[in-house]
Amino acid sequence: MSSPPSPGSVVGSPARKPPPRRRAWTWRNPNLRGWVYQALALLVLAGLIGWLARNTHVNMAARGIQSGWDFLLQTAGFDIGERPISFESVDPYWRAFLVGLLNTLRVAVVGIVLSTLIGIALGVSRFSHNALLRGLSYGYVETFRNVPILVQLLLWYVLLLEGLPEATEPLTLPGGWFLSKAGLAFPWWRNGAEGWQWSLPVPEGFAFEGGLTLSPEYLAVLFGLVFYTAAFIAEVVRGGIAAVPRGQVEAAQSIGLSGAQTTRLVILPQALRVIVPPLTNQYLNLTKNSSLAVAIGYPDVVSIANTTLNQTGRAVECIAIVMAVYLTTSLATSALMNAWNRRVAIKER
Amino acid sequence: MAAVFDPIIAKPAPARRSNAWRWARRHLFGNPASTLTTLALLALAVWLLPQALSWAFTHAVWRADEPACQAARGSGACWGAVTEKHRLIVLGRYPFEAQWRPIAATLLLFALLMVSCVRACWHWWLLPAWIAGLAVFFVLMGGGVFGLARVRTDQWGGLPLTVMLATFSIALAFPISIAVALGRRSRLPAISSLCVIYVELIRGVPLISVLFMASFMFPLLLPPGTSPDVLLRVLVGITLFAAAYMAEIVRAGLQSVPRGQIEAAAAVGLSPWQTQRLVVLPQALAAVVPSLMNNFISIFKDTSLITIVSLYELTGSLGLALNGDPLWRPYKIEGYLFISIIYFGICFAMSRYSLWVEAQLARGNRR
Repeated sequence: MSSPPSPGSVVGSPARKPPPRRRAWTWRNPNLRGWVYQALALLVLAGLIGWLARNTHVNMAARGIQSGWDFLLQTAGFDIGERPISFESVDPYWRAFLVGLLNTLRVAVVGIVLSTLIGIALGVSRFSHNALLRGLSYGYVETFRNVPILVQLLLWYVLLLEGLPEATEPLTLPGGWFLSKAGLAFPWWRNGAEGWQWSLPVPEGFAFEGGLTLSPEYLAVLFGLVFYTAAFIAEVVRGGIAAVPRGQVEAAQSIGLSGAQTTRLVILPQALRVIVPPLTNQYLNLTKNSSLAVAIGYPDVVSIANTTLNQTGRAVECIAIVMAVYLTTSLATSALMNAWNRRVAIKER
Repeated sequence: MAAVFDPIIAKPAPARRSNAWRWARRHLFGNPASTLTTLALLALAVWLLPQALSWAFTHAVWRADEPACQAARGSGACWGAVTEKHRLIVLGRYPFEAQWRPIAATLLLFALLMVSCVRACWHWWLLPAWIAGLAVFFVLMGGGVFGLARVRTDQWGGLPLTVMLATFSIALAFPISIAVALGRRSRLPAISSLCVIYVELIRGVPLISVLFMASFMFPLLLPPGTSPDVLLRVLVGITLFAAAYMAEIVRAGLQSVPRGQIEAAAAVGLSPWQTQRLVVLPQALAAVVPSLMNNFISIFKDTSLITIVSLYELTGSLGLALNGDPLWRPYKIEGYLFISIIYFGICFAMSRYSLWVEAQLARGNRR
């Protein structure tokens, strides 16, 4: 076979003149078109934003809505049921938002830890030798995945309120734990007169004295988030383990690794590569879903913003605070998980 | 002496030795740990199942009989609360005498959805059928023409509202998401960064904050004097939210189309738009059908959040039905279980359907 003829050497036709160089400033120039399109897009966007801003300004003036961030320094005037840091109704709004933020983080961090543990257990048991365990895990995942998280939160809350004993006669659990409508109380460190020290809860009327008490609202949000997210994490873990080729396990067995060694040295490092990115998404989802706490009155940051909005009418500012909080948490979580992902990701030349 | 070929008679195939006992020995009592697990789970079932069954069935009260429910409290479920309130739960505050309208409208929407799910019906006439069907849906729900009494959107509720919001936001978000996904891959820096900002901003915040924005901020953003319907505002909010998530899925699909496909399209003389429409998008979308279906399921579940901005879809109308009535208020557990079953049924059907579509699309690769 001959090599293809090079241009210009075609027999029988005289060499053509090269086409004239394109002039830069014509509509056929893709670069120019690109710039025009981008300029148009930006102009339209700027016009839209300007129009919306003007509308907002006129509307706010017409309705007498104040704007600005000065309200953060005013007295909040409402009480918060759960406060990791001290808060009185005479404290300013910014401190209320801080309490809300801490409450969000409190439920999100514990939720992430617990849902990871349950999710891994469920995902691994999909590969169990035991058919009952496999079936149970499958049934769990399908049930909890297909019902909205909000319905689950509300259901947990009603179940806790219905099922728990009255606050005056709490259920005594081993290890100094108590459970009643006032919440779950257990021994914890407390900052008292003599600094931080271990303290045991004691039932006192309608509440507990000492230790740490988790309210039914907190427990309902936590249970809802954990059991819902665990179903998704189970699927992520299952997918990750299923992605490890069968031959890897057989190879590990053939060189005499034990079952635990196979899991630790062969399956896990390869499965984690597949697991970590979607796991990050689940953590972000859990954090964002914690905003649903507003539906059952757990004072998270959305709930505080909602109350503040109703009291002050500063809709733009309150929604901006909520969005900023979640954007920051989301970006921080993804940065952290991306760092971990880089560690477990495949190392190639 | 010539050897006579004397074939050995073939052995019969081994009998299929699988029966219930063998299966159980292998899958339930395969090793000591497995046996222990089986016994523990069986013990748990023996302890819990009778209690659950007696609560849900044998001791349950099915009639709308409040004193009987009160008597059975703690030992049996009061499904009577659901029996009594089922119309309010499923249809919300829609005027009682006109409730055949949302039922007919929802059945129509379900029929359209089911027809669209069958492969034999994937034809061009689906589009006009949908447009006509949606027009009929709105006429039935809203009224105001053909002698149907006018029903304002704040009276719409229950399952019709849930199904409508999910269908509409998916249908509207889909074209937006394709545009954003293409924009994000554009080589024009201004266009792609705008798309990145939109997607990352929306994906970084919870849906509830978008809904708060739709309900509190949209009225401020629009020209003075115009006050769009709250349902419309919420629909816009959910659509914008869903589009950002779908755009990322579509983008993943676009990335999976090999570069050679675009070059081949250019070689046969297709324009850039034709290339996207005829070559890239069909392959990109087919590649992400499972993720898209998962996303549709989560949008359907997410419609439950609009109850927080005071629209009474299925979750909200349950609260409306039971919180508003001191007699039936204590039986919320039964109510939540009832709507959980409805949500589960629809979502589970969607996920099974997604498996089927996946298998259909994979047929081409198997050959």
